[in-house]
Amino acid sequence: MTTQTAAAAADNYLSINNIEVIYDHVILVLKGVSLNVPKGKIVALLGANGAGKSTTLKAISNLLHAERGDVTKGSVEYKGDRIDQLTPNELVKRGVIQVMEGRHCFGHLTIEENLLTGAYTRSISRGELKDSLEKVYHYFPRLKTRRTSQAGYTSGGEQQMCAIGRALMAKPEMILLDEPSMGLAPQIVEEIFEIVKDLNSRENVSFLLAEQNTMVALRYADFGYILENGRVVMEGAAEDLRTNEDVKEFYLGLSSAGRKSFKDVKHYRRRKRWLS
Amino acid sequence: MNFFFEVLIGGLLSGVMYALVALGFVMIYKASGVFNFAQGAMVYLAALSVVGCMEKGAPLWLAIILAFLIMTLFGIATEKFVLRKLVNQPPIALFMATIGLAFFIEGLAPMIFGSEPRALELGIVDEPIPWVLDNWNMVISKFDLVAAGVAAVLVATLALFFQYTRIGRALRAVADDHQAALSIGIPLQNIWAIVWGVAGFVALVAGMMWGARNGVQFALTFTALKALPVLILGGFTSVPGAIVGGLIIGASEKLAEIYIPPVMQDLFGGNFGGIEGWFPYVLALLFLLVRPEGLFGEKHIDRV
Repeated sequence: MTTQTAAAAADNYLSINNIEVIYDHVILVLKGVSLNVPKGKIVALLGANGAGKSTTLKAISNLLHAERGDVTKGSVEYKGDRIDQLTPNELVKRGVIQVMEGRHCFGHLTIEENLLTGAYTRSISRGELKDSLEKVYHYFPRLKTRRTSQAGYTSGGEQQMCAIGRALMAKPEMILLDEPSMGLAPQIVEEIFEIVKDLNSRENVSFLLAEQNTMVALRYADFGYILENGRVVMEGAAEDLRTNEDVKEFYLGLSSAGRKSFKDVKHYRRRKRWLS
Repeated sequence: MNFFFEVLIGGLLSGVMYALVALGFVMIYKASGVFNFAQGAMVYLAALSVVGCMEKGAPLWLAIILAFLIMTLFGIATEKFVLRKLVNQPPIALFMATIGLAFFIEGLAPMIFGSEPRALELGIVDEPIPWVLDNWNMVISKFDLVAAGVAAVLVATLALFFQYTRIGRALRAVADDHQAALSIGIPLQNIWAIVWGVAGFVALVAGMMWGARNGVQFALTFTALKALPVLILGGFTSVPGAIVGGLIIGASEKLAEIYIPPVMQDLFGGNFGGIEGWFPYVLALLFLLVRPEGLFGEKHIDRV
């Protein structure tokens, strides 16, 4: 499905080739997913619940093993090296880090301690650690004001910021960001995506972003893939996807022909265009 | 009044001995959220290793170092053969594994070092301090005082370690959320090996103190039972909690043993000895009703 020229492939930081993921030896979740994340870009991975977005991210970060999942086919490459057999620890050292869905801050640690744990894999001096911390506080001023609060008692938005900030402390080149908008108020979602964009342009961090909130994600991303039932059903520049009629209809709830009943249209058109 | 203080101080000092055992539980609970049923067995193994090495002709200092190595190896092996297979499993699975581990140690340790009770000579005599006896007419054991000092140093070190070092922070992080810790590159395997190593060290200190006092024998595994009420009072996740809990349990059981029987006898007649044996558990039970997380334990944080 993906036709990349050799020149473009050289620019790809991360490339996934036709991977298949099986949970518990029986449940086939990804059925041959391929995608690329070019250096310094934001790539959105879109799709409904259960489409396989999180699984794709975990296949890259190798958190899959802890959930009894296995990549049974295909390969994952980062900067040209196969990374499918590396532990999360080795991946973080290479600059690939995942921010998990649902934030997963360490509830009993303070915000600052949470951030400090993010630097676990780097052996750096106290001074450098302080600099990294200041940098994170620069992007997330709100975290600085809450630095001594236990993370479990902060708001959802602050926890999401904490989770991203914690990942930043590892000095990553590529962040796999899973559903950052989950359960957050629209302004906070906007704020977080602004920061993501900022980090992308100023720190040159590449993002692979799994999102259900298609509208917001496509506004900030450079490129998008749409997953359905463990397959990539559509891909393209974010701008193109945003104006695509099908995407508009299925994911943004907009249609040129006005509102239609789900019964009348959706199933038929899905089947015709994407699954057949 | 003198007598009251003598009982109180004696109780506090014996409480420190309970706290020493409780500390081992806290270590592992903090880092993996698992109640380590094998802690009592580890105390036994540690004490037995010291005695066993000394019987083979090693001087005390060498025996302690060897026992420390044994406990460290044991910690690493536990991680490699037991815990590694159980990442991301519910805590009850890990708990069951530690029960198995307890039986394993209780069988293996006597096979290697022999099962007969033996004395452990640390060179500290268990006798009253003459100066205190002369001036205040109180019997305070020298040995208890040393044990208290050792415990104090151990607790201070561990508390600082958990609060301020990189590894300590990582340990607390792992305790909160295995998966998140994994996702930011904290290697669970190393962390767990470290934690079991530290718990083994704590077990070694506790084993030597208890072994020197009561002899090295199978009954050492039951010291773990005394640590339970201490943990419930102090909180499973708090190093200082283990100490305060130990002090409260130690003091209250000794005071109860002395002062409750006469009252009961007046009221009901008959003999009311042995209150010491069950009083801590009743206290813990009452405490569970009022404050289940313990005095210093982490409150369960729930967002709604």
